[in-house]
Amino acid sequence: MTDDLPLRLSRDLEGTFPDVVASYQDAVFTTALRMSGRREDAADAAAEAFLRAYTALRGYPAERIAALSVRAWLLTIVLNLVRNEARAASRRPAQVPLDRSAEVDGTEGPEAQAERHDGQARLGWLLTELPEAQRTAVVLRHVVGLPYAELAAAMGCPEGTAKSHVARGVQRLRALVPEEAR
Amino acid sequence: MTTVPIDARLAALAEPAPAGFAASVYAGWVEVDGPVGPLYVAFTDRGISYVCPTSWMGGDAGRFLEYFRGRFGRPLRPAARAPAGLSAALRSGRGTGLDYDLRSVGEFDRKVLAKTLEIPRGEVRPYAWVAREIGHPAAVRAAGSALGRNPVPILIPCHRVVRSDGATGNYGFGPQLKVDLLRAEEVDLDGIQRLGRRRAHYVGSDTTGVFCYPSCTHARRITDGHRVELANAAAAAGAGYRPCRHCRPA
Repeated sequence: MTDDLPLRLSRDLEGTFPDVVASYQDAVFTTALRMSGRREDAADAAAEAFLRAYTALRGYPAERIAALSVRAWLLTIVLNLVRNEARAASRRPAQVPLDRSAEVDGTEGPEAQAERHDGQARLGWLLTELPEAQRTAVVLRHVVGLPYAELAAAMGCPEGTAKSHVARGVQRLRALVPEEAR
Repeated sequence: MTTVPIDARLAALAEPAPAGFAASVYAGWVEVDGPVGPLYVAFTDRGISYVCPTSWMGGDAGRFLEYFRGRFGRPLRPAARAPAGLSAALRSGRGTGLDYDLRSVGEFDRKVLAKTLEIPRGEVRPYAWVAREIGHPAAVRAAGSALGRNPVPILIPCHRVVRSDGATGNYGFGPQLKVDLLRAEEVDLDGIQRLGRRRAHYVGSDTTGVFCYPSCTHARRITDGHRVELANAAAAAGAGYRPCRHCRPA
């Protein structure tokens, strides 16, 4: 159960942090993976997000921790990490544009190549082509499965704005995915 | 082909974190016997990240845990067993076969530590040697500072780096522990310091024509009648000596 997680975390950070990792590692990893489209970096970004969270929690007063929406807060952290990494990568010269890397990366294994040709992998790639706000909203809503209130908290925007990002993102994906899968 | 709604297809893009994900967040820790007393050792999935004598923490594991978490920003949990090869490395004084997680230090420090790892048990090198060997001969002080920050002392033997005159110099856990570690490795500190006081930083063999740092395994084999004391590399070269290939004094 994660209902009383913030309260337990505020009372015993070290004892409760393992529960935070266990409860949210899949959501944080999936977010990193689907936002970046880069499988090889997603686990590192997810681990780094938990470490940033851990260090922040060590400095927060108990009342602040008790009031945290832990999952939304963790997802904000990993979203920032992935965004900063993408920016840093785009500034590096001689680097393949981030969202194309899977196509031209010569080191891609046979398994990944096969996967790229199936419809799901294509959908994952199309996601990384969406404008960032739409991609974030669609990933958090439909891939991670957040309720709108939490999604808005993670994105730091009003709920109505989050909803419209989701709607526009899904609409665009529908226009792009193959006919039979709409 | 059947029609799958797009939200179902999106939901199917969710994936669990890879197996062992938590191990990339946590460090494990153990207490093990070291050459001059027990040690706390912390390690991640990439390698050993921190070593500290238990005495430095007053034998209080809680203090060690709190210090580690603050310094490295990483949670710790007790490990079921020590990393493979750790006890053997501590017994033999050879830390070269272990994996280290040195993400907490910068590029320069990593070069200094990698070089220091090469210094064999029972031998010492000057700070200036480390600086020269990594290609920054002027960065002697910086090399000393990097060694002072060494997160994995004893395994990466920063205690084997001393001043050019043989004085043992500073140590992160106090100068006495450095002396104790070197004596446990049977380094002849008194002999090296006696030479230092005579401004003899090298010794040569008049039979082989090779000169070494005094603690070099080859220097220690020179018999008394053939041992020549040399002030510096220039004097050694002038007298026709070439630097030893093992300890690389020049």
